[in-house]
Amino acid sequence: MSRVLRDLFRYNREFAIGIVLLAFVLLISAASFVSPYPPNDSFVVPPDLPPSWPYILGTTSRGQDVFWLLTFAIRNTLLFGFTVALLSRILSLVIGLVAGYAGGLVDRVLMSINDTFIVIPLFPILVLFYFVMRDRMSWALLALAMSCLGWAYDARLIRSVAMSLRTREFTETSIFSGMSMRQILVEEHLPYVLPIVFSTTMNNINWSIGLEVTLSVLGFTDINTPTIGVLIYWANQHTALVAGVWWWILFPVMLVIITFVGLFLLAVSMNEYIDPRSRLSRVGG
Amino acid sequence: MRGYSVYLLSRLGQFALVVFIGINISFIVTHATPIDPVEQSIAAATQYGSTSPEAIAMMRQSLRELYGLEGSPWEQYLSFWRRVAVGDFGPSLSAFPTPVSVLIWRAIPWTVGLLLVSTVITWILGNLLGGFAGYYRRSSLLRFAGILAMAFHPIPYYIVAFLLLIVFGYLWPVLPISGGYMMNMERAFNLTFIFSLLKHSALPISSLVLVGLGGWFMGMRSLVSNVVNEDYVTYAELGGVKRRRILASYVMRNSLVPQVTGLAMSLGAIFNGAIITEQVFGYPGVGTLLISSVHAGDYSLVLGITTVSILAVSTTVLLIDLLYPLLDPRVRTV
Repeated sequence: MSRVLRDLFRYNREFAIGIVLLAFVLLISAASFVSPYPPNDSFVVPPDLPPSWPYILGTTSRGQDVFWLLTFAIRNTLLFGFTVALLSRILSLVIGLVAGYAGGLVDRVLMSINDTFIVIPLFPILVLFYFVMRDRMSWALLALAMSCLGWAYDARLIRSVAMSLRTREFTETSIFSGMSMRQILVEEHLPYVLPIVFSTTMNNINWSIGLEVTLSVLGFTDINTPTIGVLIYWANQHTALVAGVWWWILFPVMLVIITFVGLFLLAVSMNEYIDPRSRLSRVGG
Repeated sequence: MRGYSVYLLSRLGQFALVVFIGINISFIVTHATPIDPVEQSIAAATQYGSTSPEAIAMMRQSLRELYGLEGSPWEQYLSFWRRVAVGDFGPSLSAFPTPVSVLIWRAIPWTVGLLLVSTVITWILGNLLGGFAGYYRRSSLLRFAGILAMAFHPIPYYIVAFLLLIVFGYLWPVLPISGGYMMNMERAFNLTFIFSLLKHSALPISSLVLVGLGGWFMGMRSLVSNVVNEDYVTYAELGGVKRRRILASYVMRNSLVPQVTGLAMSLGAIFNGAIITEQVFGYPGVGTLLISSVHAGDYSLVLGITTVSILAVSTTVLLIDLLYPLLDPRVRTV
């Protein structure tokens, strides 16, 4: 494992940059644990101060320190992404592995449903969901709804790997030695698809954070839990840009872009690492 | 020919399934939640001033009928489908008594125009550049393009649109940042109007293109760099076929097939992006309508837009699927 990481670091610039960016983001979110202010308190510092010591990223019009607010926001945002990714991974793994292994009618039915979820425009559905839930919309509920909608693309990928595993000799051996389907999938096939699952997890976190930011900026989530999107929402509510309080908008946007690029670079480099052809061409040239 | 009809049937079946599941999700979302949209609308309507209990009871009755909440769940389900089938979602509450369908029809041309232009630009440009980048791997210009594409690709539509809004709205105000055409301008088919139309669509289109480009670019680049190593390409090179011809009709032609499938599969996501981009730039399309109807508490309009979006996206995917055999002859002969 450590050798793999060292190789990746040495030969794959994307991986190295991605790790550094993500470490930076994680460090900031960890800082929230030592924050001097609770996240939802307002008017604890003088409002509308530009970045300067001791408020290094300035203060908001609601009298909050942007830096410490940001630490809570990025922590909640990341946590949201991880939750959605974890829950939807379970769905996509089960569906992908079963479809690829079973084949035939089961595969066709599962993949038809799968393609449906890929095609359906999810954003209007999430907006409709918010519309009927209104004030009962919570962070956890949104995460649950998004995991139920966001598994399809990765299930297709996992299935394609599972299909090729199905034809390998060791699968035949497992069947003849009397392993059940569940045993084969969990003990034999799962280890093979895990690298792909890792890379799709990064992309899925990106996807869910992107949607969460978008929904919260519009005010379509629980606007009392600070996330990056909620931060921008409040800044817009106070017309921060017109009022010249640019630091209230700029720093959250920058931090979330760093997160996106970091996660994406990790996903890309993992993908390349999994594919032996591109790995060879990189090491060789 | 038999192969084509089998393909046709399976695509039509998939289309029906998408519509079926999509409409069912909308039904479940609106009917299985603990919140009653009727009571919500009444609360919103009677927020200011006092209304007599009789009037509220009448309002409740008519709203229940309007929203199709009368009768058993099964009857509600059937009437939901009937309304989807005839495209009747009742009158809009925020723009009473204009029917929801009229409002949606008014917004659709804007969204279709925006989506069509930006998707065509993104797809063609991304595939061309990606194809070149995969074939001429030593070009530093194309490498730089690759880095740019990778930097923009993971950022969600909202953030990119927002950044463009800041740059062109505050820092360097040369392009209009809101609306579909200049205010007070008569909608006539003349040059000034078309120019204004183009100018107003410049920012929404460029933000959609910026985000979308990277995906096609990287997809095409990796497809092409795999195809380049195929035997038939080496053979063509040894046989002295012109490089431009190899790239166009040997390499790119074969790599395009999965990219068309990719287009059909990512259409839903592109549509999501267009909705958000419209909202940022106040573009008078379906997206702006959707967001403003949520803020206005207009239940029938939100539901109408959701169902129409599902129908529209799945129909477009079907159209792309039907054109697919033109590109991939294997489908015709199976």
